Amino acid sequence: MDMKKSSTINNQYTYGFHKPEKSSFKTPLGINEKVVEAIFSYKNEPLWMREFRLKALKIFKQKKMPSFGPDLSELNFDKLCFYNSPSNNKFRKWSDVPKDILDTYNKIGVPEAEKKFLAGVEAQYDSEVIYSNLKNHWEKLGVIFTDMDTAVKKYPELVKEYLGTLVSVDDNKFSALNSAVWSGGSFIYVPKGVSVPIPLQAYFRINAKAVGQFERTIIVAEEGSFVHYIEGCSAPIYTNDSLHAAVVEVFVKKGARVRYTSIQNWSGSVYNLVTKRMLIEENGIGEWVDGNLGSKVNMKYPAMILKGKGARGELLSLAYAGKNQYQDTGGKAIHLAPNTTSTLISKSVSKNGGRASYRGLVKIAKGAKGSSSHVRCDALLLDDKSRSDTYPVNDVQEQDVILGHEASVSKVGEQQLFYLMSRGLDEIQATSLIVNGFIEPIVKELPLEYAVELNRLINLSMEGAIA
Amino acid sequence: MKKTLIIENLHVSTVGGKEILKGVSLTIKQNEIHAIMGPNGGGKSTLSQVIMGHPGFVITKGKILVDGKNITKLSPDKRAKLRIFLGFQYPVEVPGVNFANFLRMAANENKNKNEKISPIAFRNLIKEKAAKLAFSEDITKRFLNEGFSGGEKKKAEILQMSLLRPQFAILDEPDSGLDVDALKYISKTITNLDFPVGLVVITHYQRILHYLKPDFVHVLIDGKIIKSGGAELAKEIEKNGYEKIFNNK
Repeated sequence: MDMKKSSTINNQYTYGFHKPEKSSFKTPLGINEKVVEAIFSYKNEPLWMREFRLKALKIFKQKKMPSFGPDLSELNFDKLCFYNSPSNNKFRKWSDVPKDILDTYNKIGVPEAEKKFLAGVEAQYDSEVIYSNLKNHWEKLGVIFTDMDTAVKKYPELVKEYLGTLVSVDDNKFSALNSAVWSGGSFIYVPKGVSVPIPLQAYFRINAKAVGQFERTIIVAEEGSFVHYIEGCSAPIYTNDSLHAAVVEVFVKKGARVRYTSIQNWSGSVYNLVTKRMLIEENGIGEWVDGNLGSKVNMKYPAMILKGKGARGELLSLAYAGKNQYQDTGGKAIHLAPNTTSTLISKSVSKNGGRASYRGLVKIAKGAKGSSSHVRCDALLLDDKSRSDTYPVNDVQEQDVILGHEASVSKVGEQQLFYLMSRGLDEIQATSLIVNGFIEPIVKELPLEYAVELNRLINLSMEGAIA
Repeated sequence: MKKTLIIENLHVSTVGGKEILKGVSLTIKQNEIHAIMGPNGGGKSTLSQVIMGHPGFVITKGKILVDGKNITKLSPDKRAKLRIFLGFQYPVEVPGVNFANFLRMAANENKNKNEKISPIAFRNLIKEKAAKLAFSEDITKRFLNEGFSGGEKKKAEILQMSLLRPQFAILDEPDSGLDVDALKYISKTITNLDFPVGLVVITHYQRILHYLKPDFVHVLIDGKIIKSGGAELAKEIEKNGYEKIFNNK
């Protein structure tokens, strides 16, 4: 019953261990009405959610797979388990969490981090949130931080007001899928004028084999409020593929600011197909810090809809594509109001045959006068086997705007390596330095413990790359 | 054989097969200063890079010895660990890599665990040494050579040398492009180094040699050292040019 480390498959992925599969309820493989009904009744949800799920299932069946980006033909919906609940309960104390699940989070360091520098933590294990806690202080100020299932029951009016309004059910095949079988995810509500200066964190873990995780997250930041939400993801290494298809909707009201930091470090058997969107109102600020290290195939383009005058959006995207990885990442900025600004900065590193693409859209609508957008994408290739592409689209319907786009592709050069090695660093140290230097502009925006972890991961994977 | 850098009948070609060095021999002892002069394209920079182990060249004949140890096939980092240093003519920019962190990492590479220097102590040391070179900005906060002016790049190479404390250093045109003041600061730092070092200085100009006072001057033309002498040879070159020496050899 010990944790296993699958060192034969990939000796660099530290979170590759898995616990014995555990479920108190599990749907049979594949997806159909029966499965959706089973999830609905097991969760004992209100009737309106049944309608929402069943309608979404119909749309999912009609929708085609994406016509762009990575090949998804090996993704077999009939071989996936769409709902696996590890436990009937949710806990507010780590000491109550079942031992092997607690072990997992201890190993990842979540309870430790909570004590030190977080205002609240939520931990999702396969389909269900197993632990959730918000420090008292914030609860008293009216902040809500809970899992989405609880929110549906406890705050149905709030959920109904926002659910599916930013990422509609029929937005794409995977938003429809998520809407049909969603489970878990975070619900955050920050009242007017309340600022939560220390981050709230959710930790997503897939444990079971060939299981899908479909969390649904809504963040509402009322006028003049501030919140920083961090999510981290990991999974065991399996030869059977898993699927993670989340939908995230973030509402930034007038003068509010939301920062959403995501460090995705799924193992190499996970398809990560995620739809993330922010709606930013007058003078609001929305920020995505999006780190993509893991997964087999990743398709993620966090969007910022700049709806109110003077709204600002910023995306910092980092992608790291190693062996057998395809990172198709980027972002979208839709300018709908005057004097809105967006910045999209993307950095990708490819090695060992990995492929990284930047896919971006900047749209400036008629009437969004005085708006500006700046896009910069830099790619670093560590060898000749690896690949990098950029697919930027600009759609500008207003004259009085500024739009800048810069792109660069570089290789770790012989001269840089020689220079660093001439000072006594070996090839691995020198390459790690160059890579860490390349991603520095994004890493410096991460909370310290994540920055350290990221540098450590890069150094580890360099050892694998060169030795 | 102690404390010597010996270059023995060195023949070097590019990877493409073009021969650049055609039998160069030099012996450098600790505390000696050797100047290598010569026209462009004569092989001066190639010699410096080959001593440091640049992978873009092929040694077809001859060898390089440090304290009697043959280093001809060692990688650049292994040579650095034998405390060989190359001051680059064109220092490479490495964005996002902090100058002080990088240099501390390099300095600690040569040290035992209990000798390793702490970040704060090292920063103070850099600041102290940088002050002597008259850096205008705080170099510990900057990225490695990124955005440095031509003069700052040259100064930063000398700063690195003074902190890494090599036993042999090759300085490839440490003076080119420098104004009079910067040249003085650099020369002063080199002559006041607080550790024994054997120096090879590659230069086009008598100016820096006026400060450094070389023990030996070598003229490298077309891949060969055609003449060696004392400091007076540099003055003769300044006066008469290389052609006369080449024709009189």
